[in-house]
Amino acid sequence: MSRTDERGVLVDLGQERPQLPARARNMSPIVPRASIHGRALVAVVAIMTFLASMTTGTVLLVSASAAEWQSDVASEITIQVRPQAGRDLERDTAAVTEAMRAQAGIVEVKPFTKDESGKLLEPWLGTGLSMDDLPVPRLIIARVQPGTPLDLGALRNRMTQVAPSASVDDHRAWIERMRSMTNATVLAGFGILALVIVATIISVSFATRGAMAANRPIVEVLHFVGAGDRYIANRFLRHFLRLGLEGGVIGGGVAMLVFGFSESIAGWFSGTPVGDQFAALLGTFSLRPSGYIVLAVQAVLIGAVTAVASRQTLFATLNEVD
Amino acid sequence: MVRFENVGLRYGLGPEILRDLNFQIPPHSFQFLTGPSGAGKTSLLRLLFLSHRPTRGLVNLFGHDISQLGKDEIADLRKRIGIVLQDFRLLDHMTTYENVALPFRVMGRSESSYRKEVIDLLRWVGLGERMDALPPILSGGEKQRAAIARAVISRPQLLLADEPTGSVDPTLGRRLLRLFIELNKSGTAVIIATHDIALMDQYEARRFVLHQGRLHIYE
Repeated sequence: MSRTDERGVLVDLGQERPQLPARARNMSPIVPRASIHGRALVAVVAIMTFLASMTTGTVLLVSASAAEWQSDVASEITIQVRPQAGRDLERDTAAVTEAMRAQAGIVEVKPFTKDESGKLLEPWLGTGLSMDDLPVPRLIIARVQPGTPLDLGALRNRMTQVAPSASVDDHRAWIERMRSMTNATVLAGFGILALVIVATIISVSFATRGAMAANRPIVEVLHFVGAGDRYIANRFLRHFLRLGLEGGVIGGGVAMLVFGFSESIAGWFSGTPVGDQFAALLGTFSLRPSGYIVLAVQAVLIGAVTAVASRQTLFATLNEVD
Repeated sequence: MVRFENVGLRYGLGPEILRDLNFQIPPHSFQFLTGPSGAGKTSLLRLLFLSHRPTRGLVNLFGHDISQLGKDEIADLRKRIGIVLQDFRLLDHMTTYENVALPFRVMGRSESSYRKEVIDLLRWVGLGERMDALPPILSGGEKQRAAIARAVISRPQLLLADEPTGSVDPTLGRRLLRLFIELNKSGTAVIIATHDIALMDQYEARRFVLHQGRLHIYE
């Protein structure tokens, strides 16, 4: 067909004025970027990413704080020397302190004096009591060099030889209980995270279905002009991946800001009784850089999950259109 | 180019909409497809456009038995067919220029390679001034011409038009018919589905009349 020759025949089809010369045009995307359904999908992904990030961040905080506790407690040994008839408590305490200092792998030994031991009991017994009348045991705190294996049985025997009423506690029971509690918390966190991810997939699938229904005329027109399923799928998958990443970045970014802001708030309250209690319980309440990396990776993964969930819906729609 | 042998079509478990269709459409031919509303004109056009598969019989298009074709092959065959639907099916977020250029984009051609061709065609159908307009602000006649331009831009071997003059006044209807005649003269086989007798009387062409699912051909 030679249109140049035939143009004169149909020139009365319109009331044309002189034309502008042909110029390069910025072509619109085949799948429109801004649509109500597209924005709804971004919002759904952003909210779900935020919830998933908050869950992951909290799990990371709890497990980091618990690890800090455990390492502090595990590096300490407490020796208790009880008063015993016929023995001098001061002398026994001094002997045990010396024996501990001579022990390999012990970097610091701190015996509590009579007054210090009394102060430890003040919260329960109140002030003004004469400790001379009470059989208050003495505590000796020994700090173990990290990574040094200690034969606790041999240590116990040696301490008992030095002072028969001495008992050694490496806080193993406490650590075990802490470990169980932390593991349970982390496990619960992962459970919640799994639920959030499943909820993300389901809500994204429904949001995608809505978006695809709105875009069905585009799919039909693309079929009319000879586009194959692969061409259409590529256009839509790219579109949904972009929406998913946009939602993921917004949700993940807001969650990171929340963690950063919480860290600042914890800083403002540091030194106050509330702040100190909080710090004692949850550590510094700050995510490590690796935590932020985990949140960023998670946001990208949720974006990818959106694309995968969209893929299923997309091919179902293409089959329906066929 | 197109051959139907004993073709029947039904939707689901319903009655047969089209029955025992036997016809051929030679290259460069022109035909009207007519019949009362609900006679199956649009269904026949959809069979010709490969968006429906026959429930029985043989459909041979461009030398291919369509029952043997996969989805990708059907998409390739569709590139050789242009279709103009009653509701135009223009994409509202694209300009008239972009809608008409869509078949070239799908083919993977660069914008610079088809720009002149699209602009020439838009001027030819009287839409030179409306190239950057979005479909929602086009009139019915302009939408119709844009849809026709999109259907013919890739120079299809077969053009299918479903009630192409249904939403335009008689004057524009005559102009559009002239457009189809010119396209046919340049080598495209044309099938126009219409129930506008006045339109058909303006041009001597083969008539396919659908009645109660059966096809009667008047040469």
